[in-house]
Amino acid sequence: MRLKTLVAVLGVGAVVACAPVQSGPTTSGTDEQTGQLRVWLFDEVNRGPKEAVVKEAVSEFQGRHSGVTVDVQYIQVASRAERFKAAFSDPRSAPDVAEFGNTDLAGYVSAGGFSELDLGRWDEAKDLVPTILDTAKVDGKTYGVPWFVGVRALYYRTDVFTELGLKPPATLDEIATTAREIRQKKPELLGISTGGKYVFAALPFIWAQGGDIARQDGGKYTAAVESAEAKAGVAQYAELIKDDICPPATCAGNGGDASVEQFRAGKAAMTIGGDFNRKSVDASSAAGKYGVVPLPGRTAGSIAPAFAGGNLLGVLKGTQRRTLGNEFVQLLASKKYQQKMYAAMGNLPTFADVQKQVSDSDKFLEPFTRTLQAGTRFVPVTPAWAKIDAQAVLPTMIQEVVTGAKNVDAATAGAAQAMNAAFAS
Amino acid sequence: MSLTARGQGRTAFAYLTPALLVLAGLLAYPIYQLVLISLYDYGQEQVSGGAPLHFLGLGNYRKLLGDQQFWTVLGQTVAFAAVCVAGTLLVGAFLAILATRVRTWVRMTLFLAALGAWSTPAVAGSTIWLFLFDANFGFVNEVLGLQGFSWTFDKWTAFGLVAAQVIWCSFPFVMVTLYAGIKAIPGEVLEAAALDGASAFRTAWSVTLPLLRPIILVVTIQSIIWDFKIFTQIYVMTNGGGIAGRNLVLNVYAYQQAFAASEYGLGAAIGVVMTVLLLVITLCYLRALRRSGEAL
Repeated sequence: MRLKTLVAVLGVGAVVACAPVQSGPTTSGTDEQTGQLRVWLFDEVNRGPKEAVVKEAVSEFQGRHSGVTVDVQYIQVASRAERFKAAFSDPRSAPDVAEFGNTDLAGYVSAGGFSELDLGRWDEAKDLVPTILDTAKVDGKTYGVPWFVGVRALYYRTDVFTELGLKPPATLDEIATTAREIRQKKPELLGISTGGKYVFAALPFIWAQGGDIARQDGGKYTAAVESAEAKAGVAQYAELIKDDICPPATCAGNGGDASVEQFRAGKAAMTIGGDFNRKSVDASSAAGKYGVVPLPGRTAGSIAPAFAGGNLLGVLKGTQRRTLGNEFVQLLASKKYQQKMYAAMGNLPTFADVQKQVSDSDKFLEPFTRTLQAGTRFVPVTPAWAKIDAQAVLPTMIQEVVTGAKNVDAATAGAAQAMNAAFAS
Repeated sequence: MSLTARGQGRTAFAYLTPALLVLAGLLAYPIYQLVLISLYDYGQEQVSGGAPLHFLGLGNYRKLLGDQQFWTVLGQTVAFAAVCVAGTLLVGAFLAILATRVRTWVRMTLFLAALGAWSTPAVAGSTIWLFLFDANFGFVNEVLGLQGFSWTFDKWTAFGLVAAQVIWCSFPFVMVTLYAGIKAIPGEVLEAAALDGASAFRTAWSVTLPLLRPIILVVTIQSIIWDFKIFTQIYVMTNGGGIAGRNLVLNVYAYQQAFAASEYGLGAAIGVVMTVLLLVITLCYLRALRRSGEAL
């Protein structure tokens, strides 16, 4: 009889809770004009200057709106996925405004996390570089304002190149030949430091060869890494991670940071680094002995399409202060504050005119702005990308080729299968 | 009479209720949720209410069992766990026996060192081992004259290194437990064996070992469960599963393929499969022991 009661209780429980938990609708109807506006920004290694600029914006904003306070929290980039997931699941603990990476956008939007922004009444919006603004769009709707952009180019050691009488590579093909020659003459150096996990360094090779990782067709993505062009790009990139350039035992496991780290340590003659790596390279043994050129394309004089990384500012869907949130985003992402952020952190602005201003005054930025002007590309704008990224599909593909576990055909076929599974789910 | 028995039963049940409630809350409910979630397409969109729930039935399980990589990873996990369990038991047993034969200060030193390894957090321990085995600056390569040799690149050296780390941080439990067990064997029994003319080996095999059986059973099952569920060491030391994922074990695979990718339904399915596997392994082990004669 006791057993029966127990079974009955469990049975009732099972019926009552017959489905996994879901949180309620996240859109809030209210739009309050006072109170506390909560903002999440990313923490940085050296946050001081960023914090100072943000504080200035906050006090300007609070001066304009009486009865409004802005509470800024700095969250870790590494744990952002968990933080945002938690925020979307529990709107009460979520911020009103947040900074987030443009590659995370599609996933966040489909999770119902961010609300559409109306930039129509914002004068400055027309000067945003269109290809950069595209990284803030899903299905034609804008969900964020690009706050800064990051692109990568080719860093090289001027002292090594002068000593060996070399010129920076002018075509994609020349990267491997130059790198090989350097390592042959200076075996203690990596010809070029790059890595099996450094997807953003590999993508330009695929794009420059005319390939892509995925194709959009009628709103649906399908993997395109199996095309002849993409395979040529993969093969060309994998050629760099070989014993005669960047030995797999050292380089196969490296991502972007580790790749640049070898260059900083003076152990590499070249690397692919971003405008955002400047400060750390200037604080290393390579300081004053390096130059930067755009990553060359297939033909001399052309530039390989770079990946347009960067961060956006957006308003969360569950906010109770939509108007205030919008206004704060437009203030912090304004030309004035982008210029201040450039001065403080070296962040590349997203407005065409501000970009030109800063690159005119700072020659270091020239290869990066040239890369931006030559046209940038982006990863597939779909929530599936977050999945593909988390499952390490592309790093696995590159590493399989690099270690000889699979040939290019088999590795790209495996990646295409995994990507298509993610696109379909 | 039967009335009293029932009354006693009620009282016993009342006393057990708090423990049962705690167990139900901490064990039954999560497992229930795990099984439930594994039957749905349950991603971030579904959690935060952006998309409707979609019942898949056994879809997640079909997907999982149909995935070639799952079987490879499962095989690797079983083999890796087996090596770790065997290594832990051998090292632990050897040092426990050693501890019974040495002087007090040597034993104290041994125990302190073992407790140090035991109490080191897994992330810290893994990182320290990585430093020790670093290709260029590591102490080990310095001593062996292997500068530039990467221990974590090759699949087998990477697995070997992680297995060594796992054994290092889990042998103390086996050692301490077995040492206590050996010490608890009454001196009279050993004396009787000696009087009967049993050799040292014979005493160990026919007297000590059978008496230690329940303890060995406990430490083995504990080790199997721990080592089958290894996550931290693989995740930290092989940087998330090694080059091209060749050092993945089941737990890291579940994290990478399912939880980090917000495929909670699939992740839950992997969790259920792991739980069932562990139960089966443990039951088989218990059964084998019972069949070999000893009452437990």
